[in-house]
Amino acid sequence: MVWAALGLIAATLARFAIADAASRMMIGTALAVAAFAIVALFLAMVGFARGEGWFARLATPTLFGLLLLWLWEMLVIGFAVPFVLLPPPSAIARAFGTHLGLLAQDFAQTYLHAVIAGYALGCGTGFLVALAIDRSPFLKRGLLPMGNLISAMPIVGIAPIMVMWFGFEWPSKAAVVVVMTFFPMLVNTTAGLAEVGAIERDLMQSYAARYGATLVKLRLPAALPHIFTALKLNSTLALIGAVVAEFFGTPILGMGFRISTEAAKMNLDLVWATITVAALAGSLSFGALAVLERAVTFWHPSFRGSS
Amino acid sequence: MRGGRLSSTREGAILPLIAVILALIAVWYVGAVALNAPQAREQLAEGAGLRDLAAATWSMTRPVLPAPHQIAVELAQSLFTHPVTSPRSLVYHAWVTVSASLAGLGFAFVLGLLLAIGIVHVRLLDRSLMPWVIASQTVPVLAIAPMVVVVLGNLGITGLLPKAAIAGYLAFFPITVGMVKGLRAPDPLQRDLMRTYDARPLQVFSLLRFPASLGFLFPSLRIAVTLALVGAIVAELPTGAQAGLGARLLAGSYYGQTVQIWAALFMAAAMSMLGLAAVSLIETLAARRRGGRL
Repeated sequence: MVWAALGLIAATLARFAIADAASRMMIGTALAVAAFAIVALFLAMVGFARGEGWFARLATPTLFGLLLLWLWEMLVIGFAVPFVLLPPPSAIARAFGTHLGLLAQDFAQTYLHAVIAGYALGCGTGFLVALAIDRSPFLKRGLLPMGNLISAMPIVGIAPIMVMWFGFEWPSKAAVVVVMTFFPMLVNTTAGLAEVGAIERDLMQSYAARYGATLVKLRLPAALPHIFTALKLNSTLALIGAVVAEFFGTPILGMGFRISTEAAKMNLDLVWATITVAALAGSLSFGALAVLERAVTFWHPSFRGSS
Repeated sequence: MRGGRLSSTREGAILPLIAVILALIAVWYVGAVALNAPQAREQLAEGAGLRDLAAATWSMTRPVLPAPHQIAVELAQSLFTHPVTSPRSLVYHAWVTVSASLAGLGFAFVLGLLLAIGIVHVRLLDRSLMPWVIASQTVPVLAIAPMVVVVLGNLGITGLLPKAAIAGYLAFFPITVGMVKGLRAPDPLQRDLMRTYDARPLQVFSLLRFPASLGFLFPSLRIAVTLALVGAIVAELPTGAQAGLGARLLAGSYYGQTVQIWAALFMAAAMSMLGLAAVSLIETLAARRRGGRL
């Protein structure tokens, strides 16, 4: 704890010292403070890694992440890396602050329109088709290898075709997302529906449960872990699909558009700020789904064991 | 006996698969008629029948949706009529992309393996690095692809290396996660046994942990192969690359050459399947050495 505090203070000092170092020839002092900061943070992490409890579990990766960001900042400033190569995190944070409105518009265009519409439609139809082919072993045996095959393909490649079909606006991006998310959902839901053992099925049979009742009360709950796997996988795929589709043509908004045009204009701080938005959106949706999964499938062994 | 059962289940899957593929091709032809009809009507004379319309929609030079046989013809032409080294040959473009993804895959394999070994053996790395490895999977990594290409291009590094870097960056996460799981797969009983044999850490690794991890390695390798290919293709998009499947996609979308786009897509799919088949082959060979089971 003490080491962590000392390390963070020393790291902050070193950050200012290195900025001044070039003008006042204090490079030695700056390096000494930086070395102390690294050692202190390292000791703090070793200490936290031994500890138990949620605080220690959270503190180690947080410190590690901070250390990486700080090293990035120090190295970029210390070695005077050109801005067009790699802007320091502080510049990215500043760009994030100044272009907040623009980033919000891009986010709305890409995430709120294309990703969410495509994700809902793709996952929804994947789920429904899985339910529909559930009663036909013939279709299942035909469609599943097909689904596995297509899941293994570089589907992002259909982005130019979708842009041609649906135009430059967000529906073309949503279409790419639909195709990307459909097959993982189909394959995982079908696998989940097959999850229930013979004993449980027999029990439902002995209750004279109809197909619908067995589906709703037994097989769908049992399939939930698989469905959540697909939902989590798709949340990342959807964002990738929408961003990459924007590389092929888009109106003057959108995160993919921002990344490609600002990279061409060498405004790398804004590019990195957009990437930060994408990373945050991806992690937060993934995290939200993980929390939901924990709440809905609390009975699953993978959660029971860890508590 | 086991082989016999396996082949019979496979036979059971082939008929439905063929039926589904045939249905898909039929839907495709109908879809080609429907999507291309507005364009085709302009070219046709008044009073042309449905048969003429269908024939016209299936043989346009710039269709909205090309018919399957058009793609097949384009594939065959670009595969076989030009010498392999000419930029007009699809083999050449496929090789440019595949070589980048193979280089990336090799890089990813080494890095993923080293990271996994570190994470399994050093508690500090486990606690500090592992959450970030998992979190990085939730980040749309492909969005960073153009950045990396631009940055490395500014450094004067162009060609294969930036693409390989992106392919490797994408592919190393599944390998790391899979190997961490795999290296941890031996249960305490087995580790205790190694202790009673007075095995050195290196022996525990090479005799117990690594063999146990193979069952996890191959599924993650399958994911990594696909990701590496996707990474290499996407890395070709922002730089205006001259060669590669991604460049073909981009050029096709600029000039409205839909047939060329579809041919490049099918080529990419074929490459991905080739990669998966190679992984399966290595898996079978590895399994055979271990007596038929991973």
